[in-house]
Amino acid sequence: MKTPMIASGLILAAGAALADDPVLTVYTYDSFVSDWGPGPAIEAAFEETCGCDLQFVAAGDGAALLSRVRLEGPTTEADIVLGLDTNLTAAARESGLFAAHGIAPQGLTLPIEWTDSDFLPFDWGYFAFVHGTDLDAPDNFPELAASDARIVIQDPRSSTPGLGLLLWVKAAHGDAAEGIWSDLADNIVTVTPGWSEAYGLYLEGEADMVLSYTTSPAYHLIAEEDTSHTAAAFDEGHYMQVEVAGMIQGTDQPELAQAFLEFMISPAFQSVIPTTNWMYPAALSATDLPDGFDTLIAPEKALLYDDEEAAAARDEALAEWLSALSQ
Amino acid sequence: MLQLEAISLRMGDFHLSADLALAKGRRLGVLGPSGGGKSTLLSVIAGFLTPDAGQIRINSEVVTNVPVPQRPLSLLFQEGNLFPHLTVFQNVGLGLRPDLRFDSDQQGAIGDALEQVGLSGMDARLPGDLSGGQRSRVALARMLLRQKPLALLDEPFAALDPGLRSEMLALVDELCVKTGLTLVMVSHDLRDVEKLCTDLCLLEDGAISLYGPLEQILANPPAALKPWM
Amino acid sequence: MAERAQPVNLADGIGVAVAALVLLAVMGPLGAVLWRAESFSGLGPADWAAVRFTIGQALLSAALSVGLAIPVARALARRRFPGRGILISLMGAPFILPVIVAVLGLLAVFGRRGAASEILGFFGLPPIEVYGLHGVVLAHVFFNLPLAVRLILQGWLAIPVERFRLGATLGFTASDVARHMERPMLRAVCPGAFLVIFLICTTSFSVALMLGGGPRATTVELAIYQAFRFDFDLARAALLGLVQVAICVVAGLMVVWIAVPHAAGTGLDRPLERWDRSGTVARVSDWIAICGAALFLLLPLGAIFVRGVGGLFDMPGLIYAAALRSVLLSLATATVAVALSVPMALLIARGRARGLFETIGALSIAVSPLVVGTGLFVILRPFVSPSGSALPVTGLVNALAALPFILRALVPAIEQAERGYGKLARSLDMSGWHYGRHVILPRIRRPLGFGAGLAAALSMGDLGVITLFAAPQQGTLPLEMFRLMGAYRMEEAQAAALLLLALSLGLFWIFDRGGRIHAAT
Repeated sequence: MKTPMIASGLILAAGAALADDPVLTVYTYDSFVSDWGPGPAIEAAFEETCGCDLQFVAAGDGAALLSRVRLEGPTTEADIVLGLDTNLTAAARESGLFAAHGIAPQGLTLPIEWTDSDFLPFDWGYFAFVHGTDLDAPDNFPELAASDARIVIQDPRSSTPGLGLLLWVKAAHGDAAEGIWSDLADNIVTVTPGWSEAYGLYLEGEADMVLSYTTSPAYHLIAEEDTSHTAAAFDEGHYMQVEVAGMIQGTDQPELAQAFLEFMISPAFQSVIPTTNWMYPAALSATDLPDGFDTLIAPEKALLYDDEEAAAARDEALAEWLSALSQ
Repeated sequence: MLQLEAISLRMGDFHLSADLALAKGRRLGVLGPSGGGKSTLLSVIAGFLTPDAGQIRINSEVVTNVPVPQRPLSLLFQEGNLFPHLTVFQNVGLGLRPDLRFDSDQQGAIGDALEQVGLSGMDARLPGDLSGGQRSRVALARMLLRQKPLALLDEPFAALDPGLRSEMLALVDELCVKTGLTLVMVSHDLRDVEKLCTDLCLLEDGAISLYGPLEQILANPPAALKPWM
Repeated sequence: MAERAQPVNLADGIGVAVAALVLLAVMGPLGAVLWRAESFSGLGPADWAAVRFTIGQALLSAALSVGLAIPVARALARRRFPGRGILISLMGAPFILPVIVAVLGLLAVFGRRGAASEILGFFGLPPIEVYGLHGVVLAHVFFNLPLAVRLILQGWLAIPVERFRLGATLGFTASDVARHMERPMLRAVCPGAFLVIFLICTTSFSVALMLGGGPRATTVELAIYQAFRFDFDLARAALLGLVQVAICVVAGLMVVWIAVPHAAGTGLDRPLERWDRSGTVARVSDWIAICGAALFLLLPLGAIFVRGVGGLFDMPGLIYAAALRSVLLSLATATVAVALSVPMALLIARGRARGLFETIGALSIAVSPLVVGTGLFVILRPFVSPSGSALPVTGLVNALAALPFILRALVPAIEQAERGYGKLARSLDMSGWHYGRHVILPRIRRPLGFGAGLAAALSMGDLGVITLFAAPQQGTLPLEMFRLMGAYRMEEAQAAALLLLALSLGLFWIFDRGGRIHAAT
C-alpha cells in the first residue's frame, strides 16, 4: 500500500514546479482560480508580459481569504490579495497588513466614484433576487414581504452575498430594517451557508427567488442559451458588491505587485471577467461587454456603504437579522 | 431408542451417510478427525440439518421432519451454553420456561437440579463469575431439569483441563445411571469416550468406519482405531 | 491480564502512542488557535443557544437513527434475498456523500417539487414543507441510518450460532430470542452506535442550516464559522471548539457508563442460521423494514443518478484528474486509518482505561474540522508550505476522522476473539505477532474491511480541511464539484457528484467485500 502515498507525493511535487523567474503570489478566493473562473486566462496573459511566475493560492471565499491572511500575519507569502469586497476592506485595513497601491486608476467604469488608496476594484455587481421569467416579481422589499414568493438566501455569518443582503436591507430601510426582516421571515424558505447551495436549491425549484446578482441571468443566457431566468429590479436601489485587490505591506516583489494591479484594470484582465466571474468588469466600457449583458436589468440607484459605514452597520444589522428570523 | 436409518446428507463436496441404532440407556461416543462429520451428525439428529434421504427415529417415532424444539432431546456445547446476562438459577430455569416465570414447584425443581450438580448456593451468580467447570455444571443442571430422554454432547468439556474433565465425565456418568439417559457424545479423545460411553463409532470422511460396543472393540482394537489410542 | 507476554505489551505501547497522537492532533490545533488569538472573549447567549440546539437535534437524530436501524438490521440479519449484499453496500452511500449532494438528492424526494410532494399533489394535498427541525433530523437520519444499520448488523452477526441452536432446543419463541439474545446484544452495541452518530450530528453545519430553515437552526459549528470569518475572533472559535470537546467527553463517559460489555461468547465460525424467522408477523415486519429503508435511502440516490448520468461522459478532463487524485488520497487515508485503528482497538478491547481511550477515539469526529484544520495550518505553516502539505494533511485528518467508526466496528470483534481464543493462545505460548496474525486478524477481517472502506469513502467525499490547504491545481473531486457549482455549472456538478458517488461506493464495496472473503465470521 505504499504506492498511493508515493503517488500522492509525486502529485504534490508536480504542483510545485520551480522556475527561475521571480514569483508573484496572489491569494484569491477559490472560484476565481478554478478552471471555469478567470484565473487561468489571467495567469497566461500576465505571464506573457511580466517575465514572472504568477502563482495563485486559493482560500474559500472573500471572508475566508481575509481570515487566512490575518492568520498568517506579516509572514504571509502573499504579495497580492485579490477578492475582498468593500464589506471586508475596513477589517483588512485595520490589520495593517496592506500597503497603499500608489496608482491613479484610469478608466474605471463603476457607477460610483473610487477613492480608496489601499484597494483597487477589479469587478463589481448588484445584488438582486433572481427568479424565473414566469414570476410576477415584486418591486421592492415590502412588496416581496407582502407576497407569497418563496425565497432562499445565504447566511451573513458564513457567506459574502448573505452579508451583502443584510447591508442592502439596512442601507435601503435603515431603522425599519428589522421590521422588513420580520415581514420577510415567512417568505424565507431557508438560509444556506453559501451561494452555491442557495442557487442549487433555486434551480431545483425549492424557491421562487434566490439572492444572487443582476448578472446571474447572463450566465444562463450566454452559456446555456436559456432565457427563463431574470433578476427583479427593486425601486429602493440595489446594493453593490465591489471586489477589490490590495498589495501586502511586506511584499518582496513591490514592483511586480504594482504591475499586477495596473494589469488588473487593463483590458487584458478586464475582458476576461464578464464570462468567467459573471460580474461587471471595473474598468471596461459597456460597449465592450459581451452580447447578452445588455439584456440585464440596470438598477436606477446604486447603494453602497463605504467600508467604515459597513463595518459600523454590520453588527447591529446582524443582531436585527438574527432576532427577526429566530422568532 | 435412537435409530438413524440410511441417513444421507450432501453439503458441497462433503457427504455424510450414517446407519445407527442405540438402545435406551446406551451411551455412544463419536470419535473422528476434524471435518469427519461428527458435528454434522449431531446437527442432523438435533434437527438443525435435514437429511436428503433416510429416517431418524427417537423412541420409535419418526422425527426426520419434526422441528428442533419438538424433538425430545437436550444439547450441550463446548461453550456458549449459558446466557451471560442471566443468573445461574435463570440459566438452569430456561430449560423449563424461556420466559423465566417460575412457579414454586419449578423453583424447587431448579434448586434440586443445581444441588445434583453440586452448585447449591450459587443461584444468584452470573456465568462470568464462574469457573469453566462450574459453567459446565450449570449446563448439565439444565439438561437434567429438562428430563429429555436423549442428550447430545458436542465436545462438552474440551475447554477444561484434564482433571476437571474427568470430574465432569464422572458426574455425567453418575447422572446417566441415575436417570437412564441415552447419550451421544462427540469427542476427539478416546479416553473421554472410555470414561463415559458404552458404544463407539468412528466417523471418517462422513462415513462410519467402525461401530460397536466399546468393550468389544477395545478388546481387539482394529487398525483404524490405532491413531486414537 | 498481567501475565501477557512481552510482544503484546509492545502492541499496547503502540496503542497508547496512537491514542496520544489522536489527542495531540485534536487538542494541539485547538491550543494553536487559542494561542494565535489576540484577545480573549467569552461565549455569549447566542453561543449557548447554539449549544442547546446542537445537542437537542443531535440527540433526536441519533435516537431516531439507532431506533429505526434496529428493525432494519434485524430484518437483514434474518432474511436472505437476492441483492441483499448490494443493498447493504449501497446503504453506505448517503454517509459518504458531500452534504450538498445528499441534500439535493433528498429534496428530489422530499422537496417542494420532490416525488413525495408530487404524489401528495395527486391526492390534492399540499407539498411537503421539509424545512425546520424535522428536516434537519430527516437529513441526519438519511446520513446516519445506514451506519447504524451496519454497526447493529455486525452485532447481530456476532451472536454465536450455538446461542440460536440452544434457543431452538429450549423452545424459544421470538420474544424469548429477543429477550435473551437480541436485547443484551443491542444493549452492548447501541450505546456506541448512538455515541458516534450523536457526535457526527453535533458537528453538523450545512445540513442544519440548509434544512433548518434559518438562524433558529444555528449549531456550534456555524458559530465557529462566524467566529472565524465574520468576527475573526480566534479565542471564541477555540472556546467553541472546547465546548465540542466537552460535549464529546460527557457523551463518551455517559455511554461507557450505560453500555455493558459485549458478551457474545465464542461462536464457531459458521454462517448464521436462524430458527426464529418463520412467523408471519416477523416476515411481514421484516419486509416492511427492508423495503422502507431501501426506499428511503435509495430514492434520493436514484435522483442523484438520474441527474448526473446525462453529463457523465462530457465532463472536463480535469474532473477525471481530480477523481484520480481523490482515489489515491482515499487509498492512502484508508491505509493510515487501518494502521492507526488496529493497535488502538486492541488496547480498548483489552479493557485498559477503556472509557478514556474510547473517548479519545471519538474526539476526532466531535471537533470542528474548521478548528482542527486552522490549528494545523497555524502549527505547520512555519515548517511546510500549506499547498505542499495539503494532501498529506488532508489524508491524516481524514484518517483520524474515520478512526472512531473503525474502532466501533473493530473493538467488539477483537473482544470476542480475545475471549474465545486468548486463553488458548496463551496456553500455546503464542507470540504477540503470531497471535495477532493467526488468531485476531482472521476474526476481524470483516469489520476491518468495513472500516477501511468507510475511511476510503469518507475521504473521497471530504470537503473540510482540503479547502484550507489546497493549491488550485490540487483540487480533489468534491472540491472541483463545488467549484463547478460555484461557476453556475450545476449539470456538470451533478455529473461530478455522480462520479464521486460511484467512486466512493466502489472503494467502499471493494474493501468491504475484500474483508468478507476468507473472513472467519
